[in-house]
Amino acid sequence: MLAATAGELTLLVDGRVLRISEVAGAHRVGDLVALRPLDAGGWAAEIVFRHPSGDYPAPGSDGMAFARGRFDALRRRAELLDRTRAWFRDAGFLEVETPLLVESPGTEVHLDPVPARLTPRPGAAPEPRWLITSPELHMKRLLAAGSPPIFQLARVFRDGERGYRHRPEFTMLEWYRPWAGYEALMEDCEGWIRTLAGSDRLVYQGRAIDLTPPWPRLRFFDALRERADVVEPERLDPDQQLMAFVDRVERTLGVDRPEFLIEWPITMASLARRAPHDPRVAERFELFIAELELGNAFGELTDAAEQRERCVSENAERREQGRPELPLDEAFLGALTDGMPPSAGIAVGIDRVIMLLTDAASIDEVVAF
Amino acid sequence: MYQTSDIKKGLKFKMDGSPWNVVEFQFVKPGKGTAFTRTKMKNLLTGQVVERNFRTGETFEPVDVETRSAQFMYQEGEHFFFMDGESYEQFPVGETAMGENAKWLVDNMECQILFYEGRAITVDVPNFVELEITYCEPAVKGDTANNATKLATLSTGATVLVPLFVEQNTVIRIDTRTGEYQGRVNK
Repeated sequence: MLAATAGELTLLVDGRVLRISEVAGAHRVGDLVALRPLDAGGWAAEIVFRHPSGDYPAPGSDGMAFARGRFDALRRRAELLDRTRAWFRDAGFLEVETPLLVESPGTEVHLDPVPARLTPRPGAAPEPRWLITSPELHMKRLLAAGSPPIFQLARVFRDGERGYRHRPEFTMLEWYRPWAGYEALMEDCEGWIRTLAGSDRLVYQGRAIDLTPPWPRLRFFDALRERADVVEPERLDPDQQLMAFVDRVERTLGVDRPEFLIEWPITMASLARRAPHDPRVAERFELFIAELELGNAFGELTDAAEQRERCVSENAERREQGRPELPLDEAFLGALTDGMPPSAGIAVGIDRVIMLLTDAASIDEVVAF
Repeated sequence: MYQTSDIKKGLKFKMDGSPWNVVEFQFVKPGKGTAFTRTKMKNLLTGQVVERNFRTGETFEPVDVETRSAQFMYQEGEHFFFMDGESYEQFPVGETAMGENAKWLVDNMECQILFYEGRAITVDVPNFVELEITYCEPAVKGDTANNATKLATLSTGATVLVPLFVEQNTVIRIDTRTGEYQGRVNK
């Protein structure tokens, strides 16, 4: 019978020397952390695996639990993506895939697309391309071509964005409803996230969040009045509005219940249409749960002339800020000219939704690499 | 000059006439607008912690701060005298800069002293210190299992909570950051 304690036993498995290190405490890749007898005779060995991201378990921690934990996180991610697809299919959406490598990544002032090069034909001169910051423009071309409601899970790229909640490459869930207003998207959010959560109560980072619908809708200017004590927020310039929002409003959003921040100033909504009842605001909302900014939605702008004007002025602002001007997407503008039905669309950072539903503090915990 | 992109934990800079130390920071980009760095920072003079949002591209003045290792020598009135570990120069530190940490000081203790524009502003003592209990109520036998505590006075005059079984004249280990008892030291 084989009896061993930590540090006493060394054995050869598949040509590698392994040793028991559970008591010694410092696990490295290939260390044996447990050895147990099997009913059928013989022994089962548990070995520390390296996580694909290159992380190692902390010295002295349980190496197997670490490895299991990382794969559990990936399994939960896969499940949530599966159930998301199922929810949208059941709701009558068609799943689509659109190009990631494009000639025009959109002119959004505060997004920096990642540049790429493409040789279009054998032997041809390489041409500039971009990786998309969102699949929005192509999905709207599908709407203009008469598509049913559509959704997509796409990889998107945003240069220079990195933090606990940002990665330069992440996964976006976008969905669009033709012939619908943006209120329909709020109901989609409520239905889909409650289905994923499986209950109307969620705990994120020690705080309980009540998911009972309908989730409160809060107007942008009302939020500045009520939570930032600004008397006439409509009269501030766009810069001051954004600062008041960042300094005093954002961290109050979605704390006990999810909140939709609706009707953003027209200056902060480049692809959204004006609200019919108030020309100062646009049909734009953002969804916040537990301070996490999860999604951004528009009642889509479908007026080709106004869209072209906004793209040109965005490029002018980019130039002023010393950012490269970006080519206008003529195919997209052409599709608007031919006619796009009134539609509503939303982009959700699905990695953050997974963070929320798996109680992960950092986006790095919910991706493989 | 520093820029917003230089912000990291421990970065020291000057703003509104005070030296600041970055405690925590986070990249935020709300509402598809400009990017900000949400920064929790500590005023090195007052100890006050505030949160500020810095826009990408903002600049900050570097600050003239320096940390020196020094040994505690003696106290005279409101002044604590230290000796620089490298130059052997002796210098006084005022009560305000010494702050709460005065209660852990023993002779020859190695401290980290932060200087701002040539003036000592904070003194960090070691994270763990070992001090003798000079007074506490007698130990209660057989009471090692529960979490009951009693007050103990240490050789430096500091008071800490210790478990009931700990005896007077025992040397104990304390975490100076929390003032908590860590265990008995066998000497």
